Amino acid sequence: MKFGVIVFPGSNCDHDAYHVISKHVGQPVSFIWHRETDLAEYDALIIPGGFSYGDYLRVGALASFSPVMSSVKEFAARGGLVLGICNGFQILCESGLLPGALMRNRDLHFVCQHVRVRVENADTPFTNELRRGQILSMPVAHADGNYTCDDETLEELQREDRIIFRYCDAEGRTTPEANPNGARDSIAGICNRGRNVVGLMPHPERACEDLLGSSDGRGLFHSLAATLALASEH
Amino acid sequence: MKAKVYVTLKPGVLDPQGKAIRNSVGLMGYGGIADVRQGKYFEIALDASLDSERARETAERMAREVLANPVIEDYRVEIEG
Repeated sequence: MKFGVIVFPGSNCDHDAYHVISKHVGQPVSFIWHRETDLAEYDALIIPGGFSYGDYLRVGALASFSPVMSSVKEFAARGGLVLGICNGFQILCESGLLPGALMRNRDLHFVCQHVRVRVENADTPFTNELRRGQILSMPVAHADGNYTCDDETLEELQREDRIIFRYCDAEGRTTPEANPNGARDSIAGICNRGRNVVGLMPHPERACEDLLGSSDGRGLFHSLAATLALASEH
Repeated sequence: MKAKVYVTLKPGVLDPQGKAIRNSVGLMGYGGIADVRQGKYFEIALDASLDSERARETAERMAREVLANPVIEDYRVEIEG
């Protein structure tokens, strides 16, 4: 089972993701520079947070045109697991691997705080060690996390159970106050139709140690590892 | 030859920056401002080897594929010179 963490100029959560895979998941992991195109040795890819290419033009836009992303598209089309966190989520939307777009936060502030999200679908390769309705505490740190899409796409995401996480309060209610950025339908994370590509704004890799205020993020990485372990048995 | 590309948010897409500008000019005393929508403007210098039809084609494709995100933005291209 081999993990890869993609590194763009301006990525800044790449080492956090690497640390979590090597220390908490206990699996081999390598960094993948944005100019590389051979992803044959990997079973799962993480597109980390940061400010790829300075977030010039639009957040995640220039990264989506990079050489490695052409290979990521092929990797995803073959069913490979791809997790995009924060800027990684923005890149996945810009590259068309996930629908919709991430816009400037409702209140124009850079939000940097712990938020709660509710697990909406525990039947994905990224959430199968979690349970539906479970509330996770994870940090967010972004200026452009305001998820938006047209009505048709929203209806499709709802109908196909592809909204994976929603922002919520301590009781699990999705209120405007619990939504840090104004995201449509309180969406914090979604998956593609094949359920092998997930993007989310909160940072599970920064919530894997109690010392950091939460270890709720481990569930995502353990789910990924459990999925891959199961796949390798077959 | 020059291509000018204007990228704007689609009607109906919330524009928090435009709203903030609207609020500020309101506070500054500008009257009669109903709404402000902000966007982006690109000037692209084109090689003299392109005729105006190819220039437009190139700029249109670049606007569609790179400069604008069709999920949330519209674009308009003008060719000059």
